[in-house]
Amino acid sequence: METLFFAIITLVAVVSAILVITCKNPINSALSLILTFFCLATYYVMLDAPFMAAVQVMVYAGAIMVLIVFVIMLLNVRVDAHKKQTHKVALGCIIGLFTLINTAFLIFKSRAAMPMGPYNGSIIKQIGHTELIGKEMFTTFLLPFEITSILLLVAIIGAVILAKKKI
Amino acid sequence: MTADPVDIALFAAKLGAVFFAVLTLAAYLVFAERRILAWIQDRKGPNRVGPFGLLQPLADVIKLLTKEDLVPAAADRWLFYLAPAMAAIPALLIFSVIPFGAPLTIAGHTLPLLIADLNVGLLFFLALSSIAVYGVAIGGWASNSKYSLLGGIRGLAQLISYELSMGLALVPVVMMSRSFSMTDIVTAQQSMPFIVYQPLAFIIFLISITAECRRIPFDLPEAEGELVAGFHTEYSGMRFGLFFVGEYINIIVLGGLAATFFLGGWHGPLLPPVIWFSIKTLAFAFLMIWLRGTLPRLRYDQLMHLGWKILTPLALFNILVTAWLLFLTS
Repeated sequence: METLFFAIITLVAVVSAILVITCKNPINSALSLILTFFCLATYYVMLDAPFMAAVQVMVYAGAIMVLIVFVIMLLNVRVDAHKKQTHKVALGCIIGLFTLINTAFLIFKSRAAMPMGPYNGSIIKQIGHTELIGKEMFTTFLLPFEITSILLLVAIIGAVILAKKKI
Repeated sequence: MTADPVDIALFAAKLGAVFFAVLTLAAYLVFAERRILAWIQDRKGPNRVGPFGLLQPLADVIKLLTKEDLVPAAADRWLFYLAPAMAAIPALLIFSVIPFGAPLTIAGHTLPLLIADLNVGLLFFLALSSIAVYGVAIGGWASNSKYSLLGGIRGLAQLISYELSMGLALVPVVMMSRSFSMTDIVTAQQSMPFIVYQPLAFIIFLISITAECRRIPFDLPEAEGELVAGFHTEYSGMRFGLFFVGEYINIIVLGGLAATFFLGGWHGPLLPPVIWFSIKTLAFAFLMIWLRGTLPRLRYDQLMHLGWKILTPLALFNILVTAWLLFLTS
């Protein structure tokens, strides 16, 4: 049952990901990307990580893609003449192949292949996924968390400075 | 996964009942709005179809279904078809996490009166309400008309601005109930509803969800004085009807959420829980109609000013105060 569900979601994810790059209309590409993000959120649900799933939809499908759609609508980007550039296609293929080999190596040969660390499925279910993320973020991973927040703060200040004509 | 057939039957019955109840309520809310607005403006309102005009929603649906379904020649056909559904479905889905009554026990089977008891129910609502934005935006864009596009862009900007203050107003609720689960939030308000502790958060939430419903005084995406009908200018027949009913489903759902987060959900003395939940939800719906009969529309810069420079800082300040109070009292 779960395998069948996984297969359906994967099919949707792959097809919509292909549509992102093949659609000629930028709005259709953006909507396909939203569908891909939804499929990723479904994977998180299947991995017993409901918090990640909700945040995935909220941040990526909700916030970031809304801004992209907003820009497309404001600039009114329309279908433009499609120029085929062979060297770009070749470069894309090389990068894609490299990423595939890299991922395959990491999955089959590295430590990522086996479950590591003190937390396994039953413990996560017992304590609660959201509680665990919160606790780890504010204890073990406090420094990376704070560095990320400073990074975001810098980005916000940068946006304000760029948008304001007079400071 | 093995499930008792009785449980499955009860679940299916619950699903059907909720779906029917929400859609019927939405249809009658349209009727109630017309009658109450007429009453506020000293008119009669629709009173011809059936006793007191009670069959008016049925007549409206028949009218909308039999109208011609027009698609503008320059429109993006598929997105044009898709947009009304994208506006109405997230609103319906959000209702699945709202607990609308105390758990029932029927023949030894406990039946929790909500569709899905997610432990991230509140985040599920925030995620889906950020998806609901696309219905307005895509509807406006796909029509390929200037009024629609302007309405769509306005709607997009308004909804993402007020989503922020809406989300921030809910943070104190999560802090006080220590859970994202709607059931836990309702249980935490057993003795005292959160509106008593969090009046500021409640007001911010109320203003934000009025903006999320795109109702007067925040109905800029469809401002009829300047944009004809905004993002749904080009829609006709039942496709327009879906946008329209989606708006009223939204009112019911957001009213239910306001009741769950701040008014104690289904808790209340004397009357049965489902009745209390309905009273609180319908009170919110009445407030929406009352506002429409009373307030003028905001200007666009006033709308943005209110959202970003007043509500968001106030909500952040409220989170800080709540955190300190919780820290000092624990």
